[in-house]
Amino acid sequence: MIVRARAVSKRFGEYLAVNGLDLEVPRGVCFGLLGPNGAGKTTTLRMLYGVTRPTAGTISVFDMDIARQARAVRARLGVTLQQNVLIEALSPIENLRVFGRYHLLREPELSRRIDEIIDFLELRSHATMPVRTLSGGFQRRLAIGLSLMNRPELLILDEPTTGLDPAVRLTLWSRVRDLRADGATVLLTTHYMDEAQRLCDRVAIMAAGKIIVEGEPNGLIRSHLAEETVELDCAPEDERALFAGVTLPAHRVRIGRRLMLYVDDAADLAKHIHTHDGGGRCMLMVRPTNLEDVFLTLTGTALEGGAA
Amino acid sequence: MNVSFPHALAVWRRNAAMYRRTWMLNILPNFFEPVLYLAAMGIGVGNYITQMGGMPYIAFIAPGLVCVAAMNGASFEVTYNIYVRMNLEKSYDAMLTTPIEPQDVLAGEVLWAMTRACIYGGSFFIVIVAFGLAPLPSALAAVPVIPLTGLLFAAIGLAFTLRLTNIDLFSFYFTLFLTPLFLFSDIFFPLKERLSGMWLWVAEGLPLLHPVRLARLAFRGELALVEVWDVAYLLMVSALLLAWAGQTVRRRLTN
Repeated sequence: MIVRARAVSKRFGEYLAVNGLDLEVPRGVCFGLLGPNGAGKTTTLRMLYGVTRPTAGTISVFDMDIARQARAVRARLGVTLQQNVLIEALSPIENLRVFGRYHLLREPELSRRIDEIIDFLELRSHATMPVRTLSGGFQRRLAIGLSLMNRPELLILDEPTTGLDPAVRLTLWSRVRDLRADGATVLLTTHYMDEAQRLCDRVAIMAAGKIIVEGEPNGLIRSHLAEETVELDCAPEDERALFAGVTLPAHRVRIGRRLMLYVDDAADLAKHIHTHDGGGRCMLMVRPTNLEDVFLTLTGTALEGGAA
Repeated sequence: MNVSFPHALAVWRRNAAMYRRTWMLNILPNFFEPVLYLAAMGIGVGNYITQMGGMPYIAFIAPGLVCVAAMNGASFEVTYNIYVRMNLEKSYDAMLTTPIEPQDVLAGEVLWAMTRACIYGGSFFIVIVAFGLAPLPSALAAVPVIPLTGLLFAAIGLAFTLRLTNIDLFSFYFTLFLTPLFLFSDIFFPLKERLSGMWLWVAEGLPLLHPVRLARLAFRGELALVEVWDVAYLLMVSALLLAWAGQTVRRRLTN
């Protein structure tokens, strides 16, 4: 195990940010920590690299106690923070050089790694321009590049693609896959369930400082919900009329006007809705059930019906 | 709380890398500032005050202004710049994802503030030498006072910055703390001749007074080992404040 956290809690005054968390991240996997804002994801990450001290519990990373050997642990891991921390007046190359020195890298190794990262993250075209002139996508790539300077065995990414456009996200995902293929262990947090589903071998869903469920993404979907999802707009008061004469599935989620129904075979239900919704105004959609549905079912505040 | 010097140096080099970008723009005013002071105070005011403390007025104020330059160099660094790096740019959060520990950050920043003090104070010193206001070689004994002044005001400024929650409050530090020090630390008139009794003892608490006294004695060729009190003041106040800052910075950066 690269990361082993046992019964970890963190209290900030009255507020219990992390509550008896157990977490194990095996070597070589991409592990996703999912959860709504305030679930305790960032606090958990900060405890893993030793910047936040747990109120209770133990954490070991690379089989070292983080409370005693923070320097040694951090020499072997890389962290990309949620907010890019770049020196805006300097170029990507200069930023990488400064960061490499934090790891006490020296020439010629320093320049060799900078070159490697510039190529790996395709930053060459903007390598000598001041960071402040770069697009958000470039800046994010550079921020991730900084955390690769020490060739980390464990890469921690706190919401790596928040606020990026789809093309940039796809590129970043492929880079993360490359890193994992090279043997690195990746631990990331994200709000994007598609990201977790496509990128992660294992995911854990956190809510209120606890891991409520953990497993392989497709396995989680199968074990919690039916295979297909019927999604439509339907006010709560219209529900009875629209679904008159059909047996509603056990699993349903409502977020505002949007209603999600999880069924093994969506065809019949979809047909029924088509014939009863009075002109296709309900934005009906049939799609495979995904991790987002599991997430909403388990953490959503707007649960109803027989949610798990 | 052991400081790793190589990591502190990496923090220092971060600031140096940024400074190198703009040093040409930064360093020129460092040379103009003393010239302006010397012109206004020395040639202007000095024309009416021919002697002070037994020497020409311009020569009286020159060593003190070297210390002021060092004080300003360190102060800007540990106030605005550190506040921005800590609270806005979050540079320290990034450093703490590497083997750097809070005490290395602090050590690196203090070293850098001392470096800035040396750049400011050193420029001033060079100008004063060029104007023939620093009797050589005795005035060279004032050179070590420059980094010491940097250390003292790095420590004082850090203690203030670490308590601050709002960047606008720095104007209090500069206007209500550094400016009075500038005006009442023996630079422009000898305190001994204007204050009496208890007030002289109170004045001994003023931090800038001690480097100014050391620098002036050096310029006069009178610096001797008996100046233990001034050196001790510099080192002890710095050490006490930095010990406190060490605890505080750890609390601020980790939790």
